[in-house]
Amino acid sequence: MLLLTCPNCGDRNVSEFHFGGELSSRPKDPSALSNAEWANYLYMRNNVMDAQTEWWHHNAGCGLWFLAERHTRTNEVIKTYPYAKRDA
Amino acid sequence: MSIQLIRQAFNGNRPPPKMWRSHELKEQYDVVIIGGGAHGLACAYYLAKEHGITDVAVLEKSYIGAGGSGRNTAIIRSNYLTPEGVRFYNDSVKLYEQLSDELNFNVMFSQRGHLTLAHTDGGVNTMRRRAEVNQIEDVDSRLIFPDEIKSLCPSLDVSDHPRYPILAALYHPPGGIIRHDAVVWGYAHQADVRGVHIHQNTEVTGLKVQDGKVTGVETSRGHIKTGTVLNATAGWASTITAMVGIDLPLTTIPLQACVTEPLKPFLDVVVVSGSLHVYISQTDRGELVMGASVDPFSSYSMAGSLTFLEGIAGHVLELFPSLSHVRILRQWAGICEMPPDYSPIMGFTPINGFLIDVGWGTYGFKASPIAGKTLAELIATSKTPTLIAPFRLSRFEENDLVGEKGAAAVGH
Repeated sequence: MLLLTCPNCGDRNVSEFHFGGELSSRPKDPSALSNAEWANYLYMRNNVMDAQTEWWHHNAGCGLWFLAERHTRTNEVIKTYPYAKRDA
Repeated sequence: MSIQLIRQAFNGNRPPPKMWRSHELKEQYDVVIIGGGAHGLACAYYLAKEHGITDVAVLEKSYIGAGGSGRNTAIIRSNYLTPEGVRFYNDSVKLYEQLSDELNFNVMFSQRGHLTLAHTDGGVNTMRRRAEVNQIEDVDSRLIFPDEIKSLCPSLDVSDHPRYPILAALYHPPGGIIRHDAVVWGYAHQADVRGVHIHQNTEVTGLKVQDGKVTGVETSRGHIKTGTVLNATAGWASTITAMVGIDLPLTTIPLQACVTEPLKPFLDVVVVSGSLHVYISQTDRGELVMGASVDPFSSYSMAGSLTFLEGIAGHVLELFPSLSHVRILRQWAGICEMPPDYSPIMGFTPINGFLIDVGWGTYGFKASPIAGKTLAELIATSKTPTLIAPFRLSRFEENDLVGEKGAAAVGH
């Protein structure tokens, strides 16, 4: 993967971006969580060898945090889109 | 070792017999180890030798030593940051020191000394702290300054001209390099002699669990019944553990390295710089082996990148300006499963009979003997040895992490 498509700026060199890790969902009621559930949110990762939805930050460009679907075996980027346009 | 050599020379029995055999897959094994790298094979060897458990299968999806065991930069050291880490890696160094005799195979362990350079006040403070922790744990390790650094490594630029001048270094005399393939082959041979079955080109496709207990392993060559499975697959650990429905706190990231054309011997220490993200050593063949920190994003791909090569070349020239005309022969990548605290995760899981030896990030090879030995003890006795108790999986929900980033993030 040499290029990544920023939803604002288009195709840019991947060195302009900062990788933000796989997408996870925030706990709805943090005060009700057990230690195991906290650990699960903070540390546990699916770490799939497959298509993965993940965060990227265009830190040397427009500054947008957005989502990408990328295959972690081949690094092929399937699509990129703003967080607001995700399938909730 | 030498008597063996002389005997081989006279008995006419060459080429030497095969170091390990191929077997048909049995229907059942007492213990199945997934992953035929240095960790898995060491565990099989210590199970057979120290605990008499020989009904063991080691399953490797490719050839043995194809993953991290054959892709690391072969550096051995024990100058870590936490007392738990220092004790653990120091026992590993001690086992490595005896390994050629133990395996009757020359692993070419060269304890040439290991220098971790500090270029900032913060770096010097970390080195000072590591030296103190190391000395308390009886590890030979101390802080030295540019005069002594220059005498140990005359080709290093210790002047104040570079962008990041060298202020001090952590000097660790027992550290060094080893022939990593020999470690894999030696363990494989001695495990094979004791009756362990090594199955290459055998990929695990599924794990059978009944009532919270492991009962079998599905492979590309058929089904195996077993009550004990060890996941020793390093970079691929999450994919195996997902088969029993457990998430691990791991992210798989490639780590790249490269090697130059052979030069006359000039560098007889291992040189590491955390600030410049580089480590470098010269092999017995004269080639310089160099590596950096992990790639900027997670991946299971083992393709090399030009970005890495440009970065490491610039950093090496900061330290050794005289290398500007040296050519790179080849580069490669391995994949590392990074845990949040840069310490391994070893031992029991919520699934009965399913054990893990994962989270080896960028520092797994140097722990192979002690990881194999302690896990063999754990499998044989069903009790966690004290040495690896801090590395249990439950430490994450108990908020009892073993923060080793200061000594493991780059300084291999």
